[in-house]
Amino acid sequence: MASLPRWTHDEMARRVAQDIPDGAYVNLGIGLPTRVANHLPPGREIVLHSENGVLGMGPAPAPGREDPELINAGKQPVTLLPGGAYFHSADSFAMMRGGHLDVCVLGAFQVSVRGDLANWHTGAPDAIPAVGGAMDLALGAKQVFVMMEHLTKAGASKLVAQCAYPVTALACVARVYTDLAVLDIGPQGPVVREIVPGLAFGELQRLSGVALVAPGR
Amino acid sequence: MIDKTVATPDAAVAGIPDGATVMVGGFGTAGIPFELIDALIAQGARGLTVVNNNAGNGDTGVAALIREGRVRRIVCSFPRQVDSWHFDAAWKARTIELELVPQGNLAERIRAAGAGIGAFFTPTGFGTALAEGKETRVIDGRGHVLERPIRADYALIKAERADRWGNLVYRSTARNFSPVMATAARCTIAQVREVVPLGALDPEAIVTPGIFVHRVVVVRDPATPRSA
Repeated sequence: MASLPRWTHDEMARRVAQDIPDGAYVNLGIGLPTRVANHLPPGREIVLHSENGVLGMGPAPAPGREDPELINAGKQPVTLLPGGAYFHSADSFAMMRGGHLDVCVLGAFQVSVRGDLANWHTGAPDAIPAVGGAMDLALGAKQVFVMMEHLTKAGASKLVAQCAYPVTALACVARVYTDLAVLDIGPQGPVVREIVPGLAFGELQRLSGVALVAPGR
Repeated sequence: MIDKTVATPDAAVAGIPDGATVMVGGFGTAGIPFELIDALIAQGARGLTVVNNNAGNGDTGVAALIREGRVRRIVCSFPRQVDSWHFDAAWKARTIELELVPQGNLAERIRAAGAGIGAFFTPTGFGTALAEGKETRVIDGRGHVLERPIRADYALIKAERADRWGNLVYRSTARNFSPVMATAARCTIAQVREVVPLGALDPEAIVTPGIFVHRVVVVRDPATPRSA
């Protein structure tokens, strides 16, 4: 396990960012996906959306310049770029629910081979549930990308035949970026697009525990 | 003459009865009408149903209302946060009821109430635990869930600027749920930093037209704690 070659979180974020085209309207979920903003290729104009009511979101302000009324969905202080806009929550969610966003990048506990997503609740009986915009984001972009570790800390695959955690939305994930591979969720299941250098397809297949379609097929 | 301004936050929240459903604008701490909530706590109404995106942050605002035991039921999308300790304690003690609503459904159900829509079908939540027991329908091959409006007796919101007709403009992401909530409550109460003369707000830029607003109170220097 310890000897597995892995992409770092920043390498994963850079890989996701490469797939976001010029002119795209994008929502980056809380957690790992937020990091994608740091790796957007220069020269591409990409408009970031945050569900609390902002398009054209810029980076964090300089220390001391934070405005408690200008925050992202993770409640961190942000800035507004020229051309940015504010709007109310119903308009903001219409951008998702109406399918206007091009790409949404989300974290996940599990993704099934059919593209079902589980990322909102562990299902533990004593856990206070919280869903936020997760269920809208999972359905509301033309393409939903997931960024997650390939394996749990215990070594179990997070790509699964069927989600054991409560689902966020069914058949919604287009592509999964893990620390071991990039996979498209196709009609035949996960299709491997890339594997971290140094890891063989057979080893990825063994670790994943679900049938993968080999690259180039 | 129309003049919706009232002198103090206490006057603004007068008459909110026990058991009322109260929408509260704000996301995290941005846009929370802290001074109106303080006045509501002082006013004493109990057994409230509160509709907000969260379930309180820190020790002020909705968190204080929960701490004081005034909230019987909360309708929200994201109660669990690092600083939601008053909600967490009430939830564990089973003294508060939670209706967890996906955030887009929350916004749209409030919008539906304001727009006179009886119910609507949406794909959000289809096939999930949050749609259990709800009517579903497959429309154009896609599963949808029937969602009903959320109405309120009162909405407490924060805006940047108003005129005496109750026209409102907001400030950055403090806007969030407030304009939709304003449409869905029988009585919408707005705290604003300033009231300007009629005609001074650009009519092209008014976000909430005064028809949706019933009381306006100036809080010149509102509390704006950082979100955790």
